[in-house]
Amino acid sequence: MVLARVIGSVVSTRKEPKIEGIKFLLLEKLDCETMKGKGDFLVAMDAVGAGPGEVVFYVAGSSSRMTNVTEGKPSDATIIAIVDVIDCKDRVVYRKEGEPA
Amino acid sequence: MILARVAGTVVADRRSDSISGARYLLAELCAANGAPLSEYLIAIDPLGAGLGEVVLISQGSSARQTALTDKKPIDAVIVGIVDMVEEAGSVVYRK
Repeated sequence: MVLARVIGSVVSTRKEPKIEGIKFLLLEKLDCETMKGKGDFLVAMDAVGAGPGEVVFYVAGSSSRMTNVTEGKPSDATIIAIVDVIDCKDRVVYRKEGEPA
Repeated sequence: MILARVAGTVVADRRSDSISGARYLLAELCAANGAPLSEYLIAIDPLGAGLGEVVLISQGSSARQTALTDKKPIDAVIVGIVDMVEEAGSVVYRK
């Protein structure tokens, strides 16, 4: 799975009927040490209800079809978790707003 | 499989994987001798790997071939904790 930040959403009206009702989010991959964006973007289907600015991780490839939302759907990247805390090399590099220290 | 060193943990309460009893670890890819490559991924850990340990990670659809990750939305799983790596006849990494 890969760490990324939700930086926007993608709207598509004319699309494959199977993916009606699924939310598409624009993600930027993150550097895990600095938590800064890497300038590397992708669009992922959302299986957890993530919102703008949130740090998430997504699953890629055939495993991205294994959520309730994306089962049998043509997804190759699905957000499966909203991150609360990241600890990297004995340092808390990220803590979601409102998360107790 | 790829070699990586356990760099930390990722906590996420809101998930859609319906998995309980395993942790998500932050893994930094490493060379055969354990040297860090500054590239990270998140892997699920059924084995209880510790911080700083070098592990083997399986990716892609094969990551679903463990008891914990069967039919789950997981694309990276720790399948081994590395004790020793030998390269060209000499030991380049030892736990």
